[in-house]
Amino acid sequence: MSAVIQPATTPGKADTPRETSGTRLAVRRFLRNRLAVAGLGVVVFFVLFCFVGPLVYSTDQTHTALQQVNLSPGGAHWLGTDAVGHDELGRLMYGGKVSLIVGLAAGVLATVIGTLWGAAAGYAGGWIDAVMMRIVDAGIAIPALFILLVVSAITTPGLAGLILILGLVSWLVPSRLIRAETLSLKNRDYVLTLRAIGGTHARAILRHILPNSVSTIIVATTFQIADAILLVAYVSYLGLGVQPPATDWGGMLSAGLTAAYSGYWWLILPPGLAIILVVWAFNAIGDGLRDAFDVRGRG
Amino acid sequence: MTATQASAVPAAEPILELDGLGVVFTAESAQVPAVRGVSLHVRPGETLALVGESGSGKSTVALAAMGLLAGNARVSGRAVIAGTDIVGADEAGLAALRGRTVSMVFQEPATALDPLTRIGKQIAEVIRNHRDVSAKDAAAQAVDLLRRVGIPEPEKRVEAYPFQLSGGQRQRVVIAMAIANDPALLIADEPTTALDVTVQAEILDLLRRLAAETGTGVLLVTHNMGVVADFADRVAVMYHGRIVETGPVEDVLLRPSHEYTRRLLAAVPRLSVAEADKRAPAGEARRDDGPGSGSGTAPVVELRDISVVFGRGKRAVRALDGVSLDVRPGETLGLVGESGSGKSTVARVALGLIPPTSGTVSLFGADLARTRSRARRALRSGIGVVLQDPVASLDARMTVGECVAEPLRVHRRELSAQERRSRIEAVLERVRLPREVVRRAPGELSGGQRQRVSLARALVLEPRLLVADEPTSALDVSVQESVLEVITELQDELGFACLFVSHDLAVVQHFARRVAVMRAGRIEEQGPTGETLLHPETAYTRRLLAAVPVPDPVVQRGRRAERLATLAAGLTEAGA
Repeated sequence: MSAVIQPATTPGKADTPRETSGTRLAVRRFLRNRLAVAGLGVVVFFVLFCFVGPLVYSTDQTHTALQQVNLSPGGAHWLGTDAVGHDELGRLMYGGKVSLIVGLAAGVLATVIGTLWGAAAGYAGGWIDAVMMRIVDAGIAIPALFILLVVSAITTPGLAGLILILGLVSWLVPSRLIRAETLSLKNRDYVLTLRAIGGTHARAILRHILPNSVSTIIVATTFQIADAILLVAYVSYLGLGVQPPATDWGGMLSAGLTAAYSGYWWLILPPGLAIILVVWAFNAIGDGLRDAFDVRGRG
Repeated sequence: MTATQASAVPAAEPILELDGLGVVFTAESAQVPAVRGVSLHVRPGETLALVGESGSGKSTVALAAMGLLAGNARVSGRAVIAGTDIVGADEAGLAALRGRTVSMVFQEPATALDPLTRIGKQIAEVIRNHRDVSAKDAAAQAVDLLRRVGIPEPEKRVEAYPFQLSGGQRQRVVIAMAIANDPALLIADEPTTALDVTVQAEILDLLRRLAAETGTGVLLVTHNMGVVADFADRVAVMYHGRIVETGPVEDVLLRPSHEYTRRLLAAVPRLSVAEADKRAPAGEARRDDGPGSGSGTAPVVELRDISVVFGRGKRAVRALDGVSLDVRPGETLGLVGESGSGKSTVARVALGLIPPTSGTVSLFGADLARTRSRARRALRSGIGVVLQDPVASLDARMTVGECVAEPLRVHRRELSAQERRSRIEAVLERVRLPREVVRRAPGELSGGQRQRVSLARALVLEPRLLVADEPTSALDVSVQESVLEVITELQDELGFACLFVSHDLAVVQHFARRVAVMRAGRIEEQGPTGETLLHPETAYTRRLLAAVPVPDPVVQRGRRAERLATLAAGLTEAGA
């Protein structure tokens, strides 16, 4: 019986299994989520497809080739050609590059702005917080699409301009998430302890609040990227995105739609499916990361 | 009284019988056995206390007896309530049993009630779930039940929402729901742990009366030996999922036979009370002569006439009202009081985390409000802080070494990595932690180890003042003892002053040289611990002391009788 008894300093905890480090546990949980892994696979596939693909399957996407318009799939053109004779498969790679770059950059930009804004509001508290969050509320009340249409009507944005505009209209939701996180973190005992012994605000934010918000930030970023890719598709579909001969998946969809009644399905299905797949994939990754990172879940 | 009753009924069939009960949880990475081969029984009218430290499996036993375990639990053995085996019973059978034959009182009354439903309706619902009673009759019975559990003006209070009641009243409502259908068995899992001592005493009185009136068997799950002494007829001691000792309360608490029980009881801080001196000689305040203590020296921290008001206008709440106190070098001031009395607010004002609405705080002789922020920051290098929650006190994303290094990185930036490392190792050794913990994550340590990491962080700068806000309240008694020992030892060695906030009068009595008793934002009385806690001057302190149950059933019986007599006398006195 006495074998059961241990020194008083190690209570009941002794026989619980040793916990592996947080990151490794998160990775393991993520890998166990099949949808998330599938999503990651889809994203990797499309990145390779758009950025490495053109090296293998080289096509001319700048000059029109009017002698070979609207060819159906087969022969030299695996996915046929479009209304100005561009190879559709090559165009899918070319347009995907724009969609992915704009989506990724705008999603990251939105999260960065949102994180800074939300963290500042949450940490400052009081009336500063109130004013900053009312600005966010007002922004959320205006539909993003409406702003995009107005802006596009005024100017024709380039690639950088598009990223900037998309980032500026979609940082509101992540800012709310990060503010909530900051509000709870700034009153944690370890932050109070740091402040009580004379630690600076900068140290509290940089060493404690941001590192502990990382999971929230990463998850927010994935969802923002998914949203941004969809938003680029909207904008381009309405003809307000990047201008020809450049294109993206939304633009391709828009161009293909005019040919829908002629039965040229290869101009609609591939870009449409690509958008759906990539947006779904980023959402699946986001879900998987959220579940994997959920530190609260394991007490 | 309850003891004689118990001996009168042992012939009755047990209402609860556990036979070789085992519970294994399937965790993410392993199978964790929580309960192994537990056998016990509760007879009608009898109270069995299931005691043990956190992780011993006592709550798991209670939940298993209700069939309420989570889906990842595998149960073996038998758990029979009134002839029905709970293990393997279907959900419909369990539902018929729960709330009717057996009901449960949980620890936290705030979460046990639906916040959006009037309490009368919640009680009536429990009644109508099991009995064919009209809505009107059920409502009338709800009023009756509220009266039985001692809620004043029950006719009006049935219309109240849970948030309109105090914690103690909410627990009374939970108890009313539990006894609504006259259950044969009541399972109470730490029913008073979330409550203040005076409220705890009232709730225990209530449970005792109800159980005696109706002959209900009670399975009381608790870690508090005082509660056991006050309430239980028999005791079962759990350790690592097993029962190591069972017996009548007087045998187990006064003549424990198992070594673990002996050690557990030895670790319980005992309140020495004037009338029980011969039984509990455990100690006057043992910190009578700290180095450098004495009224002649200048105080390390001094609060003068501090008031703190939260909010503005009508909704303003006066959290502190004219609080003055000081802590001198090398001495420990214990700050005690019930929840909401403002003791933690005092600690935070002393730390400069909450600016006082009026009054002055001087730290190491400098008025905090008048020092510039840079100078204030430097002053604060002389403070160490240990807070209550061992989980929230350490940043889970840092290693133990980084946590302890933080004060050095703030105030001793000139140190080389090498010097920093040697200081961290030295201070970890001082709090009796092995050197290897430096690279571990806080999440891998036990609660007691984490509190010692907090202490190491607080002491790494060799502060002149340690502010400890309930540093051991979340810990088991045996762990609490070792943490307090470490603090005492280091205080002798380093000579820092200590502001020690606690709700536990026994701990303060052992640990602090002087004590200040707080109530509703004011200091009710303060003085040397030996004087104030043995011969209190105010009625409030006397009431507070009388409500603390001591882990000796014989002494506690006398104390209870005395407390009830004083209370009765107090009522007539108040009328005059």
